[in-house]
Amino acid sequence: MIRYGIVALAAMLALVVAGCGERPQVVSYKQGHYQGKPDQKAYETAPWNGNQRDWELALANRNQSQNEYKRIR
Amino acid sequence: MARMKFLCDAERCIECNGCVTACKQEHEIPWGVNRRRVVTINDGVPGERSISVACMHCSDAPCMAVCPVDCFYRTDDGVVLHDKDLCIGCGYCFYACPFGAPQFPQAGAFGVRGKMDKCTFCAGGPEPNNSEAEFKKYGRNRLAEGKLPVCAEMCSTKALLGGEGDVLADIYRERVTSRGKGSEVWGWATAYGRPEAPKGAPGAAPAPGAAPPPAAPAGGAKS
Repeated sequence: MIRYGIVALAAMLALVVAGCGERPQVVSYKQGHYQGKPDQKAYETAPWNGNQRDWELALANRNQSQNEYKRIR
Repeated sequence: MARMKFLCDAERCIECNGCVTACKQEHEIPWGVNRRRVVTINDGVPGERSISVACMHCSDAPCMAVCPVDCFYRTDDGVVLHDKDLCIGCGYCFYACPFGAPQFPQAGAFGVRGKMDKCTFCAGGPEPNNSEAEFKKYGRNRLAEGKLPVCAEMCSTKALLGGEGDVLADIYRERVTSRGKGSEVWGWATAYGRPEAPKGAPGAAPAPGAAPPPAAPAGGAKS
């Protein structure tokens, strides 16, 4: 009878200790990385041929043409 | 580097759908797909307001976050684009997008979804600039031509503005201060304020404890 008690106690202890080895099962989502083809920059091709400054200047001019307060002045 | 944004002024939009038509024509968009649309609140009721909606090119785009094949990318100018060769047409981006921007062509008789299509800010996609392949998949690349999105550039009332976010904020601020109302709304300073501007300049941060700008009287000047 004592032997059965010792076995049962050992089994219970093993179960309790097994709980300590539990690992978190929550999935951690990570932001993915783009898997597609690389894209060219807008100013890389003609007529800009890599001249970023000219391209930005052209866009800035177009931007201001949306401001009619400036256009009518 | 520019941070490209759209801004629609609901006080000016007259629901002409010119932006929708121009977009469809410019990019030869198939039947059933609308990269841009005009939404009207209280349609037919006096005081109705319309706003033109398309992809807002979010800074933290939900479509990008949920895409299972990671086909989205953001350009240096803040434009959110995607690779159609990689897209599987699952529709997750459509569910994630709060603006309903992703569109899916109905490719077959059984509701088969094609590859996702959305506003590109007229910046094409991951194909050589202004190539035939780019035009067929993504439409015209106006940014590479030094032009802004066609919907904004052709807007007859200039309700829809497109371009660098800071410049748009400047244009809108000047417009609202000229028409004398709008700047009293909640969040104005956060959205269009200029903390770095000298005191007294339009959009300058108000002094601590200062009263909010007065609202214009009813029937005041409109732009």
